[in-house]
Amino acid sequence: MSMPRHSKPLIFSQPSALAFALATALLSPSLMAAPEGPKLGHPLSQEEASSQSMNVFPDGQGLPQGKGTAIEGKDLYDARCVSCHGLKGSGGSAEELQGRSPLAGDHPDKTVGNYWPYATTLFDFIRRAMPLNAPRSLTDDQVYALTAYLLNINGIIDETKELNAKSLPEIKMPNREGFVKVWPEGGS
Amino acid sequence: MKNSVPVEQKSLEPIAGGGLLDRRLFLKQSLAMGAGAGFALSGYDATGADLPPWMRTPGEPFSNYGQPSSHEAEAIRWVSANVGAPGNGISWTPLHKLEGTITPNGLHFERHHNGVPKIDPTQHRLTLSGLVRSPLNFSVEDLLRYPMVSRTCFVECGGNSNAGWHEEPIQTPAGYFHGLVSCSEWTGVPLGTILEEAGIHPDGKWLIAEGADAATMNISIPIEKAMDDTILAFYQNGERLRPENGYPLRLILPGWEAVLNVKWLRQLEVAKEPVMARNETSKYTELQSSGKARQFTFVMEAKSLITAPSPGYRMKGAGLYQISGLAWSGRGKIKRVEVSADGGKTWAEAALQEPILSKSFTRFRLPWRWDGSPLILKSRAIDETGYQQPERSVLVNERGRNGYFHYNAIVSWAVAQDGSISHVYA
Repeated sequence: MSMPRHSKPLIFSQPSALAFALATALLSPSLMAAPEGPKLGHPLSQEEASSQSMNVFPDGQGLPQGKGTAIEGKDLYDARCVSCHGLKGSGGSAEELQGRSPLAGDHPDKTVGNYWPYATTLFDFIRRAMPLNAPRSLTDDQVYALTAYLLNINGIIDETKELNAKSLPEIKMPNREGFVKVWPEGGS
Repeated sequence: MKNSVPVEQKSLEPIAGGGLLDRRLFLKQSLAMGAGAGFALSGYDATGADLPPWMRTPGEPFSNYGQPSSHEAEAIRWVSANVGAPGNGISWTPLHKLEGTITPNGLHFERHHNGVPKIDPTQHRLTLSGLVRSPLNFSVEDLLRYPMVSRTCFVECGGNSNAGWHEEPIQTPAGYFHGLVSCSEWTGVPLGTILEEAGIHPDGKWLIAEGADAATMNISIPIEKAMDDTILAFYQNGERLRPENGYPLRLILPGWEAVLNVKWLRQLEVAKEPVMARNETSKYTELQSSGKARQFTFVMEAKSLITAPSPGYRMKGAGLYQISGLAWSGRGKIKRVEVSADGGKTWAEAALQEPILSKSFTRFRLPWRWDGSPLILKSRAIDETGYQQPERSVLVNERGRNGYFHYNAIVSWAVAQDGSISHVYA
């Protein structure tokens, strides 16, 4: 398959040597204490390096070109995902994907609808890991379509809403504010 | 048994309820374990006609790689995997079958998200990208030339001991309840050496690590930990990593939950913010009873359990026994372990086996004279920060029961009159 491409410019591309030297001088001495190595790393251009990354961040950095809707995603889901995840994301042997039950109840299923804080995580995870029996076999359009379908069955977007590198990070998930970061605030 | 210094009667007085004895007893004196115990076990006369066959015929030849005795066939990992996807699951370290502090490599616990990749090291590369001065990649051969350090530490799954949240106490051997933790000596390159070669931009606060398995598993690591004591490990207990433990290279983050210790490491992308991967949002976060979830709970807090005796053992009548167990803390050294044989009413300090290493298994032991009556054994660890392992009721009261991860409550074993051991909430 073709390498994923960033659709957004890199937030850090070619800093000048001086700017970098000034910046690294700000790091505390304790962070600069690692032993010196033989420096055998092979240089890559920023473009080469970023083309190897599959990470998709909440702000959309790393999302590739492409698009998809829940209507397209439904057929794909029923063909590739339903055997483990169940009809409409429910009742399968794998994770429950659909449901909006309250998280404060007894033993709630933690689903895309009631738990996942970022829609970009769906794209990131499906593209790199799903389906288990054929990871990396989906096209970027298919990953957008499956992401749209999972958001649609959870009542988060309409079935006609097109997801792409711009619209996906704009989606606010129901449980976006549901997490308390234990690190670094005060330590765990 | 050699003749021993006569044991002062005073030192055999219990120092806490349930027959717990002074921890120094086994160190200073050899105790009479029972009249003639050492002799009664003689099975044959070494000069006579009933010699065992292994003394009459030449033994087995040399072997290229040694294996455990066939009589120790129960000291194995138990596997629990998805029937439809056998590479997605876990296997536990049989803590109840082991002694000392180092886990044999073949018994280190496993968590795989989509099987164990068979990586050809000559084709494997590690790439550093993102907010760095110069993106780099390295072959395994390159990296093996870097200065290395060795570090003994435990690796514990954030989901270890999760059956403790269950309403009813699970009845299973201790390792198959608490054995998603193992302890090894890891050898490799301090990650800071490699990061400094690439040069981290001051905006680079997180390191997104990624493995070369069929799940291409990714997760975010704070740069402070990466620069502090994180190791790019190539060796485990002296030999190159086993495939199931990350061959040819993996991360080791001493004291932090195992999912961050990425195996089969292929990429480190330096970023401003965490990637918010599936395994740091949907999983490895702890839902509280309030409906809010704890996220980025990296440190594995102090924990201990008694491994002998433990469920599956049967006491052989009243008499002198040694209680033995493990304690560890992701915050540093174990300072003290206390044992109770009366359900927590009274506690006695256990002996800690030297050397006591930071963020490592610490073995504790305590002599105990069981009088044959039913009782409840417990252990609790206190680490060098003063943190004390909580009672289960305290932990459940604070966190609720939907968190799944980071269960570290005190473990209670009930000893019955017939000598059987069961898990109880007490």
